[in-house]
This record gives sequence, C-alpha cells and structure tokens, in this order.
Amino acid sequence: MATKTVIEAVRDAMHEEMSRDQNVLIMGEDIAERGGVFLATDGFIDDFGSARVIDTPLAESSIVGIALGAAVNGLRPIAEIEFADFVWPAMNQIVGEASKVRYGTAGKKYAPMVVRMPYGGGVRGGLYHSQSIDVVFAHQPGLQVVAPATPYDAKGLLKSAIRSNDPVIFLEHKRTYRLVRGEVPDQEYTLPIGVADVKREGSDLTVVAYGLMVHYCLEAANMVAESDGIDAEIVDLRTLSPLDRETILKSVRKTSKALVVQEDSLSYGIGAEVAASIATGAFEDLDAPVARLAGPDLPEMPFSPALEAEYMLSPEKIAAAIRDLAAY
Amino acid sequence: MQAEAIDISFKTELLSLYQQMYLIREFEERSGEMYTRGHIRGFLHLYSGQEAIAVGAISTLEDRDYVVTHYRDHGHALARGMDPKHAMAELFGKATGSSKGKGGSMHLFQASRNFYGGHAIVAGHLPLAAGLALAARYKNTGGVALVFLGDGSVNEGEFHETMNLAAVWNLPLVFLLENNLYGMGTAVGRAHARGGDFDMAGAPYGIACAVVDGMDVLAVREVARAAIEKTRAGNGPAYIEAKTFRFRGHSLADPVNYRSHEEEMEWRKKDPISLLGDRLLQQDLTTELELLEIRETQDDVVREAIRFAEESPEPTEDELFTDIYA
Ligand SMILES: Cc1ncc(C[n+]2csc(CCOP(=O)(O)OP(=O)(O)O)c2C)c(N)n1
Ligand SMILES: [Mg+2]
Repeated sequence: MATKTVIEAVRDAMHEEMSRDQNVLIMGEDIAERGGVFLATDGFIDDFGSARVIDTPLAESSIVGIALGAAVNGLRPIAEIEFADFVWPAMNQIVGEASKVRYGTAGKKYAPMVVRMPYGGGVRGGLYHSQSIDVVFAHQPGLQVVAPATPYDAKGLLKSAIRSNDPVIFLEHKRTYRLVRGEVPDQEYTLPIGVADVKREGSDLTVVAYGLMVHYCLEAANMVAESDGIDAEIVDLRTLSPLDRETILKSVRKTSKALVVQEDSLSYGIGAEVAASIATGAFEDLDAPVARLAGPDLPEMPFSPALEAEYMLSPEKIAAAIRDLAAY
Repeated sequence: MQAEAIDISFKTELLSLYQQMYLIREFEERSGEMYTRGHIRGFLHLYSGQEAIAVGAISTLEDRDYVVTHYRDHGHALARGMDPKHAMAELFGKATGSSKGKGGSMHLFQASRNFYGGHAIVAGHLPLAAGLALAARYKNTGGVALVFLGDGSVNEGEFHETMNLAAVWNLPLVFLLENNLYGMGTAVGRAHARGGDFDMAGAPYGIACAVVDGMDVLAVREVARAAIEKTRAGNGPAYIEAKTFRFRGHSLADPVNYRSHEEEMEWRKKDPISLLGDRLLQQDLTTELELLEIRETQDDVVREAIRFAEESPEPTEDELFTDIYA
C-alpha cells in the first residue's frame, strides 16, 4: 500500500492503462508538453511519445469529436477537458453523438472513450472554474458518469472507464485533487462502474453523496456522532449513471431515513433521482420524508469568497441537516 | 495660432494615452502583489505588456460603441473608463465592485460605458459581440462593436462562425486579435494551421485584414481608427491582428516554464509605455518631469483603488440570491 493523492491516483491509472494497451491515447489542451494544468499527465510525453500524448488547440468540440471518431475506429482515447466549465462547446459531440453510437448502429459500432474533467467549487474559481456539470451528463442514457471521491476509487474506476466499451464521463473534483490522500494498493486492481460504496457504516440514518461531499459528509458524521450520538451511514455513489439503486435501498431499509447531499444546485439534480428511487423502492421502510441538501438554485457560483462560502455546503451545514433528519 | 491649438490638443491626447497605459500597468502590477498577499483569490490574468492595444483601439471609439473582451480584461475596462476603484473592488470580490464581487477579475462589466465584459470562455464572447453589432444596426444607433480576442480563440468554432456571419450580414464589427504568441503554455505555432500567422485570419470570409505592432499605441490607434470608420460607414466587418507579448505568465499561478527569459527580455525592450514616453520626449512634446508627474498621479489612483477595495465590505449573504431573474 502507498498513500496517494487523488491526482496521483488519476495519473497512475492512466499511466498503467497506457502501458498496458497501445490503443489508449490521451489528448487535450496543454496536456503533453506541460503535463496538464493539474499535472495529471506530467511526464507522459516522455514515456509514451507525441503520437499518444497529444496537445490540442483550443477546440473542445473537436477534442471530443475526434476522440469519438478514433474510438469508433478501434482506439481507446481519453479526452481531457481542462475544466468542466469548458465542456459546453463539446456538448453536441458528447450528448448528441457519443451517447448514441451503439444504440443507433444496433450495436455494430461503439465508442470506448473517456472524457475526463475537473469539476466543482470551493477553489475560488468563480463563475467559470467551479461548475458542477454532473447532472447534465447523468441525464443522458448511453453515457456512464463516474465521480469518485478517494484516490483508491479514482484509480480503480478510471482504469475500468478506460477499458469500458462505452463512453464514460469521468468527473474529478478538483478540490479533492491534492486535498484528499488515501491508501492505494501496489498491485493491479480495477473497480466496477455502477457500484456504490458504503464509506461509513451506521444505524440511524443514511446519507448519500458523491465527490467532495463524501468527505464533508464523513466529517459531519463524526461531528454528530460526537455531539449527538447520531450514527450515520454514508453511501458514496461513486458512479452517477448507471445508479446503484440496490446499495442505496439496502442502506435505507436498514436505517429508515435518508438524506441526499450534492454540491450541485438542488432542482432536477442527482438528489432528486436518488430521492425518487428511495420513495419507490423503500417507501414502506421510511420513517421520514427523504431529505435533500444541495447547492442553491443559482446560475453559477459567484466569485466573491464570502459568497462562495455561502454557496458551498460544509461539514457544519451537513451536520445540521443530519440532526434535523435524526430528530424527525 | 490654429496650428498651435491643434498641437496642444494633440499633445493632450498623446499624454492621455500615456497616462492610461501607465494606469493599467500600475493597476496590474499592484493587483499582482495583492494576489500574492492573498487579498485577491482565484485566478488573476494580467495585461502587462499589452496596454497599447486596449488603449490605442478604445481611444478611437465613441460612447455609443460597444466593447467586448476576453478574461484578460482589466486593461480594456480601465481604457473604457471604468473607475479603478470599482475594478479593484471586483478583483477583491467586494460589494462595491463593478459586479458586486459576483464576477471577479475575469468578468468586469459596465453597462453605462457599453463595456460588455470580461468573458472567461475562450471565443464564447464572439457571437455576443456580433449580436451587439446586429442590434446596433437594427436600432440605427450608428454604434459599432469592437471585440478583443486572444490568439487561442482562432482555434475555436465560434471564431469561424462569427467571422462568417459578420461578413454575410455586413455587421458593424471589428475583431481585434491580440496575438501574444502563447495561449497558456502553447506557442501559437503549435496550435494553428498557418503556424501562428494570423495576419490573414479574416481573409477566408472576405473580411479586410490589417496587421499592427501591438506595442505601438499610435500605430494601433491609426489602424483601429481606419477599421472603425470603415465599419461604421456600413462597409462590413474588419479584422486586425496586433502583435504583442504578455510580460507576465498566463495567470499568476503559471510557472512560465514554456518560454525563455530571453524572449521576455526582448519584448520588454519594446515596452509600449516607455516607447511612447521616449517618442514624446524626442519630439519635445513633453518633459521627464511631466511624465513623472503623470506616473505619480496614477500611482496614487491605484493606491486609492486598493485602499477602497480593502476597506469595502464583503457582499452580504442575501446578495447570493439577487440578480437571478428580472
Ligand atoms: C473554451 C475554453 N477552453 C479552455 C479555456 C482555458 N483557457 C483559458 S485561457 C486559455 C488560453 C487562451 O489563450 P489566448 O486566447 O491566446 O489568450 P491569452 O491568454 O494569451 O490572452 C485557455 C486554454 C477556456 N477559458 N475556455
Ligand atoms: Mg495568447
């Protein structure tokens, strides 16, 4: 076992897969010579060469579209979008094209590609370096959307994403990149896409989260355990689509109460899907309405550090929501 | 008598260009310090080195004209007349900022000056500029739109779509490309089909093209004036490439390890502010003392802007929920 950061785990996953499979290549803005703005591909150009580690012009639509064309023709491209906020020009290629290949060709063609992007707030990034774009992709059938929280999960899931025969949107919360450290096995492993993980066992209520919020929820769980003796179970979705409803329902059937936490704005979010799934699948077991705690319904994260702090959830805000639900 | 009068107003104009460029440089370098000290957070992209472009081009505009720009926008905002206090407060994220701290450094905006931002998404602002031009013509205001873009924009689809539309619709729009030789860590030649030769980027669309030394404010002004006049007269869009260099990194978080110190030093020799200052001195249009006084006055302006920003309140919690819908 070695202790790694999330960004190191991401780098290791790609490095291992590129060493393993000649068909894996990576393209994006400033990823080769500079190793990427977050250094996810630092040194790759030396190890794999410029035919496989490709600097692109500023052209998100083409980065993704070309990755798609190469994927359909037998390669396994990883397209890096520098910040998730810059993915919008590529929406047509992802939602309009990549998601539809297998279905539209009745399975004759498929698109083994990964689109990686750093997302999320809490980094003083302001309007265009903080966005949560998760739900837009999760809504689109044909795409798999993965959003790990820990180095272990990030590595195992990214390796599976690269090996997957269908497009994966791989969301890396940029605040976790260097903040979150964790144990990663030295030996080879992968983790299945579409399987959630119980990050903390508890008996009083279930908290469902993903990404940075998993860590905030774990902190909050410790806070309420100490202050109020509340025993919260934390379910980390890890994959947003396809959603692992079984793991969620199993937990809620045990605890009878559920809170869904998401950094993204509230309405029409992942939380709504989770809440609806619980309402349908565990109605008889519920002792309280499913609660949601989310970012406010605002067009974007404001720049002002003071307003950003208001906007973002925190362990304290989550602890308060847990107490409310426990008291119901 | 008349010749002398012209001279005096010409001199005032030239000194004003000097003053504006110096204000921008001082604003940039001091805000860089504020960033290093943690008073400004997030990302900060400085305009140092490129001042002649914003100042030269914007000085040819009328109030009814529109300015739209990229995220390296402090210089354009100041040249368009934004109060440095409001600009600095926005960088600090304070309630007194030009957008109450909601936008930050990359999103300076001032409707009263027809200054339409400050846009973080590369090339995302180009169609918007064309829309402003379309509306100006529709409303018959006689206004034109001037849009600044970085060399990286040329590689995005919006650049080509907007160029084409502007030409097809004969819009009153001037594209001013600030070619500072790098888009983040990428040298222009590595990302552009013509190896970073942007001089004819408007040509495929039948748009008149011009190239100008972006370190020479007077040259920029001449070329911009001609382009603005042409487009205002209904002769369709124009395109200008200004060759320049950003003296600082892409942002203050940039280690600048993709270009050489020598290259930077070569460009610093062409500093647009000293270039104009020296020329004015040579032509006896000013004195060392007069230039020094201008600089000291602007130093005070920036000092005052920083004090204002520091002392301004943070936006209050309820501001989070304002300005969402009408
Ligand atoms: C659509 C989009 N993709 C990527 C980015 C990230 N990014 C910000 S600035 C920049 C480089 C832009 O270079 P250029 O247009 O030359 O402007 P300069 O920074 O040199 O002024 C990049 C890649 C972005 N803001 N928007
Ligand atoms: Mg550039």
